[in-house]
Amino acid sequence: MITEKSRLKSLGNQLFFTGPTIIFFAIAVLIPFAYGLYLTLTDMTSPVNPIKFSGFGNYKTAFTDTAFWESMWLTVEFVVATVIIINILGFILAFLVTSGVKMQNFFRTALFTPNLIGGLILGYIWQFIFVQTLPSIGDKLGIEWLRLGWLGDEHLAFWAIVIVTIWQSAGYMMIIFVAGLVNVPKDVMEAATIDGANAWQRLRNVILPLMVPSFVVTVFLTLKNAFMVYDVNYSLTAGGPYGSTTMVSMHVVQKAFTENIYGVGQAEAIVLFIIVAVITGLQVYFSKRMEVAA
Amino acid sequence: MEARKRAASILTYTLLIVSFAVFVFPFFLMVVNSFKNNGEILESPFSLPTSLNFGHFAEVVDKMNFFVSFRNTVVITLLSVLLIGIFAAMTAYYMVRRPTKFNNGLFALMVASMIIPFQSIMIPLIYIYGAKLHWIDAAPIPLLIILYIGFGSALSIFMYHGFVKSIPYELEEASLLDGCTRPQTFFKIVLPMLAPTSVTIAILNVLWIWNDYLLPSLVLTKDQDFTMPIKMKVFNGTYMNNWELLIPALLLTILPILVAYLFGQRYIIRGVSQGAIK
Repeated sequence: MITEKSRLKSLGNQLFFTGPTIIFFAIAVLIPFAYGLYLTLTDMTSPVNPIKFSGFGNYKTAFTDTAFWESMWLTVEFVVATVIIINILGFILAFLVTSGVKMQNFFRTALFTPNLIGGLILGYIWQFIFVQTLPSIGDKLGIEWLRLGWLGDEHLAFWAIVIVTIWQSAGYMMIIFVAGLVNVPKDVMEAATIDGANAWQRLRNVILPLMVPSFVVTVFLTLKNAFMVYDVNYSLTAGGPYGSTTMVSMHVVQKAFTENIYGVGQAEAIVLFIIVAVITGLQVYFSKRMEVAA
Repeated sequence: MEARKRAASILTYTLLIVSFAVFVFPFFLMVVNSFKNNGEILESPFSLPTSLNFGHFAEVVDKMNFFVSFRNTVVITLLSVLLIGIFAAMTAYYMVRRPTKFNNGLFALMVASMIIPFQSIMIPLIYIYGAKLHWIDAAPIPLLIILYIGFGSALSIFMYHGFVKSIPYELEEASLLDGCTRPQTFFKIVLPMLAPTSVTIAILNVLWIWNDYLLPSLVLTKDQDFTMPIKMKVFNGTYMNNWELLIPALLLTILPILVAYLFGQRYIIRGVSQGAIK
């Protein structure tokens, strides 16, 4: 451990090693977060308006803003749909690419590809599919639900965003599950087989309990990403049709930068932060308790 | 038993090939349609192009000012990733080797900050550095890099922290006895040993910063500063539904990272899986 003889030298090293990080972290995260808390207590409408203290009025407005709660509820539905499907699909894919078939690495590499590309670009790519390709298949084969433009339909547009998000993230979670699966000890698996456990029992009683640490990570990541979804939402539907797919992140952006109601937008962003913090905190706490040792 | 094994393996292959098709199909559509004109794209989106017409690519490179946004993205990503790596390694190292109350508290604060959604800091961020201090007008790209270092440090420090702990201290003692200063010891002895972790951290940060949209869209306002995602958004707005230009533009935008993946896929996959374990 470091024990410097002179205090000056000790201070010098402290500044040298941690100084840059502290400065950048403060500029990007600490100061804006603290200042953001203060902004929620002001009646700020635009950057040039003088700020006046207004107590908890913005939070009151936020709690009665039905558009905000609609977008929050839609986001919760989005979170539930994507977190469940991505984790199940990612796990199945991981199982398939570690099952011992040929070209496993090729499949891993290919299934990961969507993660290389940002959500905005992926949204545009899928826009082509939803606007042009699917309707043209539907036309030729006479399938009615493909002929409808999904992005123009208030309910299907939501599922379009879900599909693109799943397509984007399943490969990433697969890679995390693969790391967990190859760490399941071979001898434990063999012992279970010798004891007469069939494939389902091995999955249920050996593999899944040992995979809990992987699930802690993947559920945390998918939860957090889904609550913060913006890029795919923006490029695929931009919140439409008729505001039917405006998720909470887009609502906050619009509130602040389009409608110029900074204070309320910031108060809603803080409410979002509290909800995400509580949910991810509970998730990590409870799933950590499910972890077992091999 | 043999027959069941065979059936299982056939099922596995079928599922893998179906998933492969689903995952790769959108990219396939981009490639085949990038050579067609609007009429052909609408008529037969799945057919192979009748001729290899690179004309639309040339048009897109020109209209998008592609190389400028490409250069911006490279500069911003490389500088941010490099600086995050160095500063995070230094900080994590010092936090492990000198666990004072201050350093432990700083570490806890940074780890806790990882659950802050970007949405709850973006409004004050733009307010402070745009309206109040005018950094956004004065130096958008340096500001963006500074912000990336700030946002990226927490996760990177967290990962380095775990790794530094596993390095024995004896090597450093030897170098200190030989008269090296603390910083010299870090750069000559410790940093090289952190190389595998550095690769993992760099990959995760590149994937994030290269593709990021929301933050640069708030900070970058002038065309000559745009990164590729921002440029693509503007291009999409200008050529709405003009697929013969949009598709080559999308393909060009994703090409650099796909080429990088082709060469570094082993490291990228390993980096992602290690990033999740630590």
